[in-house]
Amino acid sequence: MGKSRRSMLFMPGNNPGMLQDAAILGADSIILDLEDAVSLTEKDSARILVRDAIKTIDYSQVEVVVRVNPLDTEFGPHDVDVIARVKPDTLLIPKANEEEIKLVDKMLDQIEIEEGHTPGSIKLIALIETALGLENVYCVIQASKRMVGVLLGGEDLTSDLGIARTKDGQEIFYARNKVATACRALKVDSIDTPFTDTNDFVGLAKDTAKAKSLGLTGKSAINPRQIEIIHSVFAPTEEELKHALRVLYAMEEAEKEGKGVCSLDGKMIDAPVINRAKTTVELGRSLGLIER
Amino acid sequence: MKITKVAKAGTLESNDILIMVMPNESGKVELELESIVMRQFGDVIEQVILHKVKEMGVEGIMIKAQDKGALDYTIGARVETAIKRAF
Repeated sequence: MGKSRRSMLFMPGNNPGMLQDAAILGADSIILDLEDAVSLTEKDSARILVRDAIKTIDYSQVEVVVRVNPLDTEFGPHDVDVIARVKPDTLLIPKANEEEIKLVDKMLDQIEIEEGHTPGSIKLIALIETALGLENVYCVIQASKRMVGVLLGGEDLTSDLGIARTKDGQEIFYARNKVATACRALKVDSIDTPFTDTNDFVGLAKDTAKAKSLGLTGKSAINPRQIEIIHSVFAPTEEELKHALRVLYAMEEAEKEGKGVCSLDGKMIDAPVINRAKTTVELGRSLGLIER
Repeated sequence: MKITKVAKAGTLESNDILIMVMPNESGKVELELESIVMRQFGDVIEQVILHKVKEMGVEGIMIKAQDKGALDYTIGARVETAIKRAF
């Protein structure tokens, strides 16, 4: 599995061909979907197919995430029980709230013991798509040590809020801010809602840039053709990397000279500037853009 | 273990297989297989299907399979689903 979650690609859980292709499409993470992409009459079939795909297909180069059904449905707990036993990297919990994260955390504790998996090895991502989940996002993240991220579900959230979903995305400005801030505070990833017009690449780039500018760390995708653009937006530019390396070099030189503060190009370098430079360099290294 | 009704799983899409199972009064396990890769992989597909039936401890079953190039994991998953739906 990869470390970075710049892109998370949704794949329908009941389509064998797509499950076979999922690992080679270039996304950092793949989300094998048992929820919205699967009709009510095929939930059992998709669950067994995804279970066997995880057991069989080489997904070692990507993070395998399975979106289970909501835990308050007849399908959700069954999904967790069957899928966790084949040890996906992560479960994506829809309509997440504190209670459900705690419940699935307990279920995973038990399954890991029964199956001999390393305790705590199956991670969780909360899908925030209700007003309640959004307002409690900080507590949702804190509900389990397994939490590694939050995915914002813009379509369901705006439906819950009773407002229109637009390409401009002004209606989810607050939600993006709230999720990005809570995730940054608790040091987990924040993944933006998908851009649903799969033929509008200019719109996708704009939407992704907007999410990045608000502090979100990745974006979900519903079509493999969206991955390259998402990656290009989330990758630091050559200029950003050069500047970040210069900042870190200037800081090191100042430390050698015993100076508490230093400046670069006439601007003082303080803690936030240094932290941002470190984050940029770490991302650049993880993406192979600069040598380790 | 015997199934009690007719059930289906899978599709006729590429990379998939459509499995139909029904009770077989003779008590035997019988298989009718059609595949787009019958000549190359017919024997293997048959083995995978019959192995899954045996693994699930099912007797007295008629299986009709229409394969569109499914890999082994898909074949096994679809057979398992069809049998579970047939109880």
